[in-house]
Amino acid sequence: MATYLEFIQQNEERDGVRFSWNVWPSSRLEATRMVVPLACLLTPLKERPDLPPVQYEPVLCSRPTCKAVLNPLCQVDYRAKLWACNFCFQRNQFPPAYAGISEVNQPAELMPQFSTIEYVIQRGAQSPLIFLYVVDTCLEEDDLQALKESLQMSLSLLPPDALVGLITFGRMVQVHELSCEGISKSYVFRGTKDLTAKQIQDMLGLSKPAMPVQQARPAQPQEHPFVSSRFLQPIQKIDMNLTDLLGELQRDPWPVTQGKRPLRSTGVALSIAVGLLEGTFPNTGARIMLFTGGPPTQGPGMVVGDELKIPIRSWHDIEKDNARFMKKATKHYEMLANRTAANGHCIDIYACALDQTGLLEMKCCTNLTGGHMVMGDSFNTSLFKQTFQRIFSKDFNGDFRMAFGATLEVKTSRELKIAGAIGPCVSLNVKGPCVSENELGVGGTSQWKICGLDPTSTLGIYFEVVNQHNAPIPQGGRGAIQFVTQYQHSSTQKRIRVTTIARNWADAQSQLRHIEAAFDQEAAAVLMARLGVFRAESEEGPDVLRWLDRQLIRLCQKFGQYNKEDPISFRLSDSFSLYPQFMFHLRRSPFLQVFNNSPDESSYYRHHFARQDLTQSLIMIQPILYSYSFHGPPEPVLLDSSSILADRILLMDTFFQIVIYLGETIAQWQKARYQDMPEYENFKHLLQAPLDDAQEILQARFPMPRYINTEHGGSQARFLLSKVNPSQTHNNLYAWGQETGAPILTDDVSLQVFMDHLKKLAVSSAC
Amino acid sequence: MSQQGYVATPPYSQSQPGIGLSPPHHGHYGDPSHATSLPGVMKSPGPLGVAAPGAMLPPLPPGPQQFGQNGAHASSAPGLPPHRFAGPAPVRSVASAYQPSAQPSYPSPMSTPPVVQLGGQLGAMQLDSHAAGYGPQMGAPASYPGGLPAGPARMAGPQPPKQLDPDAVPSPIQVIESDRAARGGQVYVTNTRGQVPPLVTTDCVVQDQGHASPRYIRCTTYCFPSSSDLAKQAQVPLAAVLQPFATPPADETPLYLVNHGENGPVRCNRCKAYMCPFMQFIEGGRRYQCGFCNCVNDVPAFYFQHLDHLGRRLDHYEKPELSLGSYEYVATLDYCRRSKPPSPPAFIFMINVSYSNIKSGLVKLICEELKTVLEWLPREGQEEPSAVRVGFITYHTVLHFFNVKSNLAQPQMMVVTDVGEVFVPLLDGFLVNYQESQSVIHNLLDQIPGMFADSSESEAVFAPVVQAGMEALKAADCPGKLFIFHSSLPTAEAPGKLKNRDDKRLLNTDKEKVLFQPQTSVYESLAKDCVAHGCSVTLFLFPSQYVDVASLGLVPLLTGGTLYKYSNFQMHVDSQQFLRDLRGDIEKKIGFDAIMRVRTSTGFRATDFFGGVFMNNTTDVEMAALDCDKAVTVEFKHDDRLSEDSGALIQCAVLYTTVGGQRRLRIHNLGLSCSSQLADLYKSCETDALVNFFAKSAFKAVLHQPVKVIREILVNQTAHMLACYRKNCASPSAASQLILPDSMKILPVYMNSLLKSCVLLSRPDTPTDERAFQRQLVMTMGVADSQLFFYPQLLPIHTLDVKSTALPAAVRCSESRLSEGGVFLLANGLNMFLWLGVSSPPELIQGIFNVPSLAHVNTDMTQLPAVGSPHSQQLRTVMGIIQRKRPYSMKLTIVKQREQPEAAFRQLLVEDRGLHGGSSYVDFLCCVHKEICQLLS
Repeated sequence: MATYLEFIQQNEERDGVRFSWNVWPSSRLEATRMVVPLACLLTPLKERPDLPPVQYEPVLCSRPTCKAVLNPLCQVDYRAKLWACNFCFQRNQFPPAYAGISEVNQPAELMPQFSTIEYVIQRGAQSPLIFLYVVDTCLEEDDLQALKESLQMSLSLLPPDALVGLITFGRMVQVHELSCEGISKSYVFRGTKDLTAKQIQDMLGLSKPAMPVQQARPAQPQEHPFVSSRFLQPIQKIDMNLTDLLGELQRDPWPVTQGKRPLRSTGVALSIAVGLLEGTFPNTGARIMLFTGGPPTQGPGMVVGDELKIPIRSWHDIEKDNARFMKKATKHYEMLANRTAANGHCIDIYACALDQTGLLEMKCCTNLTGGHMVMGDSFNTSLFKQTFQRIFSKDFNGDFRMAFGATLEVKTSRELKIAGAIGPCVSLNVKGPCVSENELGVGGTSQWKICGLDPTSTLGIYFEVVNQHNAPIPQGGRGAIQFVTQYQHSSTQKRIRVTTIARNWADAQSQLRHIEAAFDQEAAAVLMARLGVFRAESEEGPDVLRWLDRQLIRLCQKFGQYNKEDPISFRLSDSFSLYPQFMFHLRRSPFLQVFNNSPDESSYYRHHFARQDLTQSLIMIQPILYSYSFHGPPEPVLLDSSSILADRILLMDTFFQIVIYLGETIAQWQKARYQDMPEYENFKHLLQAPLDDAQEILQARFPMPRYINTEHGGSQARFLLSKVNPSQTHNNLYAWGQETGAPILTDDVSLQVFMDHLKKLAVSSAC
Repeated sequence: MSQQGYVATPPYSQSQPGIGLSPPHHGHYGDPSHATSLPGVMKSPGPLGVAAPGAMLPPLPPGPQQFGQNGAHASSAPGLPPHRFAGPAPVRSVASAYQPSAQPSYPSPMSTPPVVQLGGQLGAMQLDSHAAGYGPQMGAPASYPGGLPAGPARMAGPQPPKQLDPDAVPSPIQVIESDRAARGGQVYVTNTRGQVPPLVTTDCVVQDQGHASPRYIRCTTYCFPSSSDLAKQAQVPLAAVLQPFATPPADETPLYLVNHGENGPVRCNRCKAYMCPFMQFIEGGRRYQCGFCNCVNDVPAFYFQHLDHLGRRLDHYEKPELSLGSYEYVATLDYCRRSKPPSPPAFIFMINVSYSNIKSGLVKLICEELKTVLEWLPREGQEEPSAVRVGFITYHTVLHFFNVKSNLAQPQMMVVTDVGEVFVPLLDGFLVNYQESQSVIHNLLDQIPGMFADSSESEAVFAPVVQAGMEALKAADCPGKLFIFHSSLPTAEAPGKLKNRDDKRLLNTDKEKVLFQPQTSVYESLAKDCVAHGCSVTLFLFPSQYVDVASLGLVPLLTGGTLYKYSNFQMHVDSQQFLRDLRGDIEKKIGFDAIMRVRTSTGFRATDFFGGVFMNNTTDVEMAALDCDKAVTVEFKHDDRLSEDSGALIQCAVLYTTVGGQRRLRIHNLGLSCSSQLADLYKSCETDALVNFFAKSAFKAVLHQPVKVIREILVNQTAHMLACYRKNCASPSAASQLILPDSMKILPVYMNSLLKSCVLLSRPDTPTDERAFQRQLVMTMGVADSQLFFYPQLLPIHTLDVKSTALPAAVRCSESRLSEGGVFLLANGLNMFLWLGVSSPPELIQGIFNVPSLAHVNTDMTQLPAVGSPHSQQLRTVMGIIQRKRPYSMKLTIVKQREQPEAAFRQLLVEDRGLHGGSSYVDFLCCVHKEICQLLS
């Protein structure tokens, strides 16, 4: 183990875990003084091509309250065929199948390199994946056409035995029956009437309570699939039918008069989709995919009325408590999301419209169920088309990169307790000895349900050290955490992935340097940011910023080296050096700033921030900027206005946008079409280089970022200008010299000013 | 008070105490509070029209005269001598002396003194015979009003009971035949106010010369009494039966269409009556005086025309509205809903696809038939193709809408399961032009039977189905008609859910009326909504058990639709009847979204409307649709004195939308005369219209009163009318003589038939649904239909002349007219019976059925085999003629004499005593006579 950086990286690759602290303070008091909580980012299904799953079931600790999985950290008595649980110290007999084990013949789960291991459970019936398309028909003609084509294309990507269903909606909601020949049949619902799950199932003829009782037993198994199969059919059986059906989809035929929005019953459509799956396939992996081209305008879950002259709510309206439909709609979608989560299904939202579509109200549907949220301008854009296609991308085994109905269980050593989780999950409310009373994020439980997840889904999990201040460093010197993720693999297998990690305890008073050196500032920044964003959902923006600032100041006070009241003397060690900069950009990020963003955009950004892995999250906090010039190979440059130079091409990746920016001179050259002249081929190459790099990013990114090609003075250049650190503004332009960059017209403070203030506050004894 | 009875005039003030009759008693149909006190033992004739009628009848002059002293009459009522009938003859020779038995008992009306007298006094003896004759046997249900005072009955003499000779009583057949002989085949010119038209049974060509044809308006009397006192005295109902869309025969001119462009129809400023021949132009044509309200109006500039030397406009004969009784106006936008031109109507076919209908093959039959029948959607004039759009819905406990848009490869089905709050799931593609979407529609109709083949749903909804159709029309913003093919009691959980409440124990109790009332108010409000949106509902019912026609039928009744009922429908037997009805109904001449207004000249006004109508206020009759077979009966009451000079004028205006989507006004004008002489009134009475009125008012009343009370009221009013005549118009005669006015001489036989109709006569073996069905049927009947319904046509087929195309002369509806060696055809508009005497000639049987003898005749058939023999051809031609003008396809039943099914046939022999109650014609005459005697004494 050379450096902590390597250690961290190695751990992340193996286990998909990054801790804010890699050496743990051994007492509760010290831990709280560390400011950044002990927490980790966990990517439960991190892709591990090198990890073949084992085809047997895990061995569990026999203590009913523990049930930890046998792992490399357990002490094993090979002679007595006993193992000791490293969480509760219970001694367990190996099961009979393990009779042959010895030091040289160890099962995989005992080998140290298998700190993460995946088991395949053979028990239980396997049910096919289910995809239920919920399609808005109040679209423009070309939008609908593009969407239809995308949907038809997606059919070819689905596994042949997958069940598919189709619900379309506009003023009415239509549930299409897919099994009929000769005539297409659909059940129609009024878009204004809220229906209970029971009513929906009755109306769809899904509940025949009297029938199975009266009929003889053998008939019963046949009855159930028959009933449900009307609306959800194996793709191989109805491929043609559904393709035709999608092809014949028409725009919502109800007339929309001038000055009105089309009546769109998204709330009822979702409710029916949820009710349909609830009644037919509870606790089976299923995706509800909602495609919508505008805000819900009627019925339960309506976000805005149909009068065009009344615009959809803005942050301003929300602050003024002037968004009259918001609370009710949010409640409706929350209720749906909770029901969906309880059934183990997930909801995706693909919202493509120029105006807002109500993502603010509907966000819980994706956030609580682990579904995707995609926001675009139109279904007829490559952004949507490629993003949608990417959902069905396959991994190295040819399996979909999606998993369903997962439960994540966390077990900890006695000195630790679980404070909560932030990510696309809901609490399963499983109380236990290792659950802390202090909640951070979704807490009060040791288990969460993640209805839909993919290899990048990442949860922030927060812990609390409970060891008393004067107690010695715990026995063994290491604390352990086990993450047990049970899920339905896209191949429909049930699998369990177990990750067990351990970290050293250190006494914070005597070994603070150790702890300091083991600080993972990147993970810490993301984990703190997640806390901040989580708070921002319920608190006022300024309060969250104040809280973040205070945390930062305290951290600097704790770990900075300085003389009291002497800002100049302030220094931070390497392991902390980038952290204040992350915080600076976080404060300016759309996750915490709502200015210039619609409520929908904020929801969209926050949604992705709360589920992406560390690398992506960092990009979101602090975008990456590359500079291309004739002076040398492309190089990463500071996200600073000083990097904007006339003879450079800049490539900025903010996760949501890829911006290629041509400096003033470059832009002039391009306009003069130098690139077309053979003698300036090198210029052509220079222009091409960022494009190629951007393509590379685009290939891998989900969702597809907005791709922006702009130049000096272009209107779209605002995407770049709003992100860079405004080191040069109209206020200090002349002080910094004209040749070294582009001034930003803003009153925002620059990083330098921010740092100066931070130093001043950190060294002051006042706070 | 009297909100719904026949009765509009408050009777209290009229009663004169001390006459010796009952205390004033107001037996209004609509006033149940009085009803209970009616059937008292005391002679308390609850009059239909006017209370205490006795008060109006002065004491009889003493010294009854017996026979034919006609001079007095001739002077008082010239040209119209009354017919007198003496009571049943104690001495048979008297009767035979006057009536040679084989001869028709009536002299022709043309022959002088057309007096028919039934010899002898109707003394105590006859009364006794009458009472003994059927009183005890019939039991309570048939005992006629008030019974007989105990006194006379006790005076029974020693003589044995005697029957009145049936040939001696007035024969409807003879009346019909003589009218036919006198006026049939002629041109009836409507140029005179107050002329009595030929009977409905008489074929003639009507030439409109200023008054509407009797096909459109037929009145109970063509001479109104000039004062309300007189009207009350006579108790003859003043009513008109309006059939605004009646189909004129091919040899009469169809109605002219008047188009004033944007100016619209010319109307009186005060009463809003439309320009018509009753408007009097004055001041050189610059102004005109309204014939209805006498208001003097300026002639609009565009309409001005000079007058000729007679004071008529020069363009009198060029403008239909100046010279004709009936014509149409093109309506302007002011007459349209929301001032928008209407869309052409739509037909929506709604098929119940529950298990039994699929299994019986009914659904398949309907679908097959629709494929051809849709070719015959009604169109306007020469328009091609029809502007009527069509839509399809199937249903059981849920509704299936179909998208049959022409550009679809296959139809799309949309299921609406929310029957609690039905809505229309699609707009575009539901209502389509048949020609454009033909292939998709055929595709759909081919698939429907198979689509539900494995459905096991046995229940069905009903109200949501109507609601769905109405919502669909509302969404499409057009009027229209729903064709619902339904078969069961709607027991499924939904609005309008019904339970089986058929209860025979209610018969003959005060609660019997409940059986005729709808079970819930849902259907009435539904019908109201339908009318508001111009949605007419035609219901084809195929019940195998009780379906509560009283509830379900309310919707078609109030929305101007038609109810067809095929009990125990069997594919192989009944399908032809059903298909004929369906075809007929689709092709029918019909107007949509109609509002009718009846205007009258000053002095009287329309007070009550009977029929398939819905009224939001007291004057506007709203109908979602009005077709050629629907008639509305209007009752009039006096406001004031009528002037004999100006007469009584009626204008019936119907604003409607044509099948082509044009808004039009159809105007019918009729002038009646007025007289202060009761004799004039009685002279101009029209029995068929009277019976139509009595039937409708009585059938309306069964909703509120026990049938027993209604029967009593009917008998009483009959007696009153006749008594009044006798007292005021007939020359004095013996009390025992029954004297009938000529115009009413067959009223008793019709009234008796009405009294025997299953609606008014509760019998446990008549299904409640059948009674409700007939009740509803009669409510919308025109005069011709009601005439046939209450006096069926009985034709001796064995006398058929194979060389002639004329119908054989009908015979009276009595068993005594049948002969064992004969074959008779009987039709009442709903049913047709072919009765085969036990010794019918084998050659006739062979000719008709192509079987060697009567024993081989299969009575299950409902259609005669197509045998090439002249007998068969002739008989089928006759049946075709009878069927032709009737709104309902008649179901043919073949009955062999003395076999069980004969009972249903016998039931229609209305002159005979009913098998289960109801008196014979002769008995009824006796009864009425006694009533008259009571009134006059």
